[in-house]
Amino acid sequence: MKKDIILAGVGGQGILTIATLLGHAALARGWQLKQAEVHGMSQRGGDVQSHLRLSDSPIHSDLITMGKADMILSVEPMEALRYLPYLAADGWIIANSKPFKNIPNYPDEEAIYAEIKAIKNHKLFDADAIAEEIKARRSMNIVVLGAAITELGFGYEEIANSIQAIFKSKGESIVEANIRALEAGMKIK
Amino acid sequence: MEKLMLLGDEALAQGALDAGVSGFYGYPGTPSTEIIEYVQKSRQAIEAGVHRTWSSNEKTATESAIGMSYAGKRAIVTMKHVGLNVAADPFMNSAMTGANGGLIITVADDPSMHSSQNEQDSRYFGHFSMMPVLEPSNQQECYDMAFYGFELSEKYQMPVMIRLTTRLSHSRSGVSRRNPLPQNELKLPKDPVQYVLLPAIARRKYKKLIELQKDFMAESLASPFNEYMLEAPDTSKGIITTGLGYNYLREVYRDTPIPHPVIKVCQYPPPIAKIHEMYDKCDSLYILEEGMPVLEEMLKGGNFKGTKPIHGRLDGTLSREGELNPNKVAKALGLPDSYGKDIPEIVAGRPPALCVGCPHADSYLALNEAMKDYEKGHVFSDIGCYTLGFLPPYSAINSCVDMGASITMAKGAADSGLFPAVAVIGDSTFTHSGITGLLDCLYDKSNVVIVILDNSTTGMTGGQDYTAFGKLEKICAGLGVEPEHIRTFVPFKKNFDEMVQIFREEIAYEGVSVVIPIRECVQTLKRKHKQEAK
Ligand SMILES: Cc1ncc(C[n+]2csc(CCOP(=O)(O)OP(=O)(O)O)c2C)c(N)n1
Ligand code: SF4
Repeated sequence: MKKDIILAGVGGQGILTIATLLGHAALARGWQLKQAEVHGMSQRGGDVQSHLRLSDSPIHSDLITMGKADMILSVEPMEALRYLPYLAADGWIIANSKPFKNIPNYPDEEAIYAEIKAIKNHKLFDADAIAEEIKARRSMNIVVLGAAITELGFGYEEIANSIQAIFKSKGESIVEANIRALEAGMKIK
Repeated sequence: MEKLMLLGDEALAQGALDAGVSGFYGYPGTPSTEIIEYVQKSRQAIEAGVHRTWSSNEKTATESAIGMSYAGKRAIVTMKHVGLNVAADPFMNSAMTGANGGLIITVADDPSMHSSQNEQDSRYFGHFSMMPVLEPSNQQECYDMAFYGFELSEKYQMPVMIRLTTRLSHSRSGVSRRNPLPQNELKLPKDPVQYVLLPAIARRKYKKLIELQKDFMAESLASPFNEYMLEAPDTSKGIITTGLGYNYLREVYRDTPIPHPVIKVCQYPPPIAKIHEMYDKCDSLYILEEGMPVLEEMLKGGNFKGTKPIHGRLDGTLSREGELNPNKVAKALGLPDSYGKDIPEIVAGRPPALCVGCPHADSYLALNEAMKDYEKGHVFSDIGCYTLGFLPPYSAINSCVDMGASITMAKGAADSGLFPAVAVIGDSTFTHSGITGLLDCLYDKSNVVIVILDNSTTGMTGGQDYTAFGKLEKICAGLGVEPEHIRTFVPFKKNFDEMVQIFREEIAYEGVSVVIPIRECVQTLKRKHKQEAK
């Protein structure tokens, strides 16, 4: 079994937290992982991505091969499209529909949504609104993760355990907010 | 022993700590920064009293590491590839002096220029200096090579270069640790002239360095990091990989065995005898290098007199620039390639930008106002977050070449009659290599305005401190800038008129002026608040 996931977003949106949680869950299974991150200049509000590779057998490349990614998991809609060359024919796009507009020429949102909907396997939803609704405003990224885990073959318990382990030091209320976000994300069809 | 999830940078840092290093020296620079940041947070390093503060620049860092090695202890210096240009003098000469305590010079290259001005390959420098070079292909090798590098360094009394690249520096994977070694005791060099490079001694040392090359070659041939998989059925191709190239090769063959002979090179000088064996056996060679065609040029440049083709970056089999990836490797070897869908045309670029509330933004708006009376093209700048002032809406600067160049380029332009000539430089960059340029300006009384953006941090690389912190005005005054032409202000919108006025006055002054906008980087401030809250 292997899962190649492109995590996408804008610098500062929390994609590395998603990577950490999935990575933690994979390690708990005894799997291996490689996670290529973007550090440096792009973190100043530019587009950022992480190649997350999880597998029960040895992983060679730190980078995912174009055309082979199982999923693009994006906390921003336009950023999801930036990595289409990586997506396998039967791969999933799981994307937050709420745009992050820090450029003057941000394209028409409906056109972006149409491109995402043109991909056979997709989920597109306003994760910011959902996070707001469940009073976990800062856990938008975990809502997006929640929407992805079934397609990635992870169970609720596994990710919930990772949330416990990773957020424990930040206090019980943060753990709970993230669990709520995970649950809300999992309900998204 | 326990397995850690580490970035390549962190694995190297942990390896060096476990291998008994006494000091890390370095100046921040993507993708090398996380090496020292890791050590600064490491309890093990703190308890063992390992040196881990930042140096003023890569040259001072390298010299400090050479000094620690002189004193018998193990030292490591870290920098990004262009940092090695700054440190080239001590670096080249360290191969002449050799080492006493183990000395590792770590340089992280950035092929594809994710965060850099160029993609120079440090292996050229390694070859140039004639010291051994190690190039890990995964996180575990990063860790192991710290042990091996110190061993090799102490065995031959020679510094060793470790070359990293972005994709390894910034990729995380599992790393197994070994039992830690103790640090070395203080011990001066046995040979009292080892570090005295007077010509007569230097000539002797150079002969020695040349003699050592055959030992380094023997070490490479026997290296645990070089692998020779020469028994394979299909000899139409022989494939040589360097660094990360090996992983991509394995990736494109997935879980099937590679049908061609393969040599994995992770230690230099390259194991030429083995490559000869492959050349004799195969109809053609394919060279997959992460970086510039260093090995390919060595092979084409005289090692092989035959007529069999050698393919790589020089003949276009692989693109001449940019980092490798599995798709490029598959295409180069004539294997099936894969691709998803094109990026839809509507996707817009999202370049990095100054953070909302960044003090540089206010400084640029005021500077632009003051420069309105002049044509464009008079503002020399430098490298840091403030380089983003090149982009709209600011479009405030006209150059970004190498650290410190803003001041000296403005000086040269002023010397040639350009008026006004303005330099915009960050506080950390000024510390790194702006101070000597300012001295030049003062010596010639050049007509320049030097703006030192004091945001109390090295912002671009993630907010490190720097050696001249809190001393900028005193340094300028001490160097001889007239006190009435050292002007400071707080870059906030509400102070706009005052800022513009100050810029105007200093542009009008014929001589060296220094203007220092002082306000902390909002990211550094946020981090500080977070830490205080803990
Ligand atoms: C020789 C060299 N060393 C290191 C770097 C990496 N680097 C680029 S900008 C920068 C620091 C910028 O800090 P500062 O001047 O304070 O500006 P800020 O980013 O805070 O605005 C560093 C370390 C480089 N490009 N060249
Ligand atoms: S990190 Fe600091 S210096 Fe850099 S753009 Fe953001 S606020 Fe400005």
